Amino acid sequence: MLQTKELTYSYDGKNVLIFPDIDCGKGEHWLLLGQSGSGKTTLLHLLGGLLSPATGSIIVAGDNIATKRAAALDRFRGRHIGIIFQKSHFVRALTLEENLVLAQQLAGAPIDRGRVEELLGHLNLGHKLREKPDNLSMGEQQRAAIARALLNRPDVILADEPTSALDDINCQEVIDLLEREATATGATLLVVTHDGRLKARFPRQVLLTHYQPSL
Amino acid sequence: MNLLQLSWKNILHKPTSTLLSLVLFALGVGLVSLLMLVNRQLEDKFEKNLAGIDMVIGAKGSPLQLILSSMYHIDAPTGNVAIADVKAFLNPKHPVIGKAVPLSLGDNYRSYRIVGTTFDFFDLYKAELAQGRRWEAVFEVVIGAAVADALDLKTGDTFHSSHGFVVDENLEHTDASAFKVVGVLQPTGAVVDQLILTSPQSIWGVHEHGDHEHEHEAYDLSKPLTDYEGESITSVLVQFKARNAATLNMPRGINENTNMQAATPAWEINRLYAILGDSALALQVLALIIIAVSGLSVFLSLYASLRDRRYELALMRVMGASRGKLFALILLEGLLLAAVGCVIGLALSHTGMGVFARALESSYRYSFTGALFLKEEIWLVLAALGVGLLAAFIPAVQARNTDISQTLAEG
Repeated sequence: MLQTKELTYSYDGKNVLIFPDIDCGKGEHWLLLGQSGSGKTTLLHLLGGLLSPATGSIIVAGDNIATKRAAALDRFRGRHIGIIFQKSHFVRALTLEENLVLAQQLAGAPIDRGRVEELLGHLNLGHKLREKPDNLSMGEQQRAAIARALLNRPDVILADEPTSALDDINCQEVIDLLEREATATGATLLVVTHDGRLKARFPRQVLLTHYQPSL
Repeated sequence: MNLLQLSWKNILHKPTSTLLSLVLFALGVGLVSLLMLVNRQLEDKFEKNLAGIDMVIGAKGSPLQLILSSMYHIDAPTGNVAIADVKAFLNPKHPVIGKAVPLSLGDNYRSYRIVGTTFDFFDLYKAELAQGRRWEAVFEVVIGAAVADALDLKTGDTFHSSHGFVVDENLEHTDASAFKVVGVLQPTGAVVDQLILTSPQSIWGVHEHGDHEHEHEAYDLSKPLTDYEGESITSVLVQFKARNAATLNMPRGINENTNMQAATPAWEINRLYAILGDSALALQVLALIIIAVSGLSVFLSLYASLRDRRYELALMRVMGASRGKLFALILLEGLLLAAVGCVIGLALSHTGMGVFARALESSYRYSFTGALFLKEEIWLVLAALGVGLLAAFIPAVQARNTDISQTLAEG
């Protein structure tokens, strides 16, 4: 479902990051571990189509996104990939419900308010539907970001340090949710983290060692 | 939620900077539109009231003042001239003068000017009676449509006039006979709507009481005015039979050879336009500067908001929005601010015009209206929208070029 081959990235054309090949099957949950500066976020952005690789291929749901053109890639990302960031961001002028409806719309999916309400209810945010994101707590914001990532039933969910800003209780809760909801939609989940608290939970792990600058 | 709704919500999300941009836009657009409205209606008024008058004869003084007081009824008269002096011009057999209409000014009723004149005055402004008849005796008056409306006068009503042009109860001619309304005119859109018309004999009658006991029995409306050589009037409006060298030189002849002056309306009005033109231009420039500043305000507010919103813009890209969508979103925000500012500005100028119409009416003797939309206002709207688009362009390009990976990696 999520596969990379001989993936490299260069931000200046000289220094090259070389990534290990990844092969995550459908519905599998993976942990991508690495120290700060090991290129975790870069890899996640490559997998999410936010960056273009120098070489190699990234196969998401059978499509090589490394060769997709800008607008087509934006559309593909909206439909097939859900991304959760370390710090969640929202369109601040919109309510939580409107933010999720916007996510459906920008992805070109049909608007389904029932799905929005059901999902938020599931994540214990049903009563916050008409709140602006700024009025939510950190934990609530992170749960809302998960809801948004899951909304369009993506094939792949990428989570970038989803728990690093949370305390133990919230960390537990958020990762539980993430796994539960990913399982419910049958999505492939890849959590990128250096958070040691998660290691024991994911049997499938990729370790990102320090990148090797090419000579 | 379409892009328009989203940009609308974004605008509402930052009320202070939005308010500033809207106020500036409304101010600029409103001012320009107000200037257009006043200008158009004043020009209209000057055109309409020219009424084919080629020359005005009156007492020496400012020719512009003579024109304003005798044709537009907005300034004080220059003085009086004796019937004996203007007798020649009032002669119906004059070789070049087609129509000569005497005017006797100086009184008002509740700030509406009373004009002593002849029935030729009706023809000048193509004024038709809506009800009643023309005057047949001294102290009978025919009133303009706006006067009837404002003072709620109808045929059969009577009133006492006041001396001068301001309302002052001490100057009321209470010891003179009362005027009686015998006719009401249909609206013409010209100055005659704002006037109370009567015979010159009525004006003389009001002012000569006390001097002699016989009062207005002395005045006989069936006798021509020229029989009253001892009386005076304020001015004579002259229409020539045809314009030729003789008529062209007539004003100079009068100015040089008599103790009266002759003024040419077209010249004086052009002089007035030239004087007013400069101040109107200054106001117009000021209004355009305000519009430019409002554009700058839109630019700065969008530009500043991009810093706060770079995450959400990047996020929208992650959710599937293309670069073009972000570009359009920011452009729409600028356009919306301009459009809403425009609507507020136009609403202000037109309702303001409506509210001030009353005040302008009494000082300019002309009914102004706010319910008039000019072709030029379409250009004004388009220009303002253009300013909004232009102001949003650079921020929109920046939004389009947001580096999503870098922005999101920052935090």
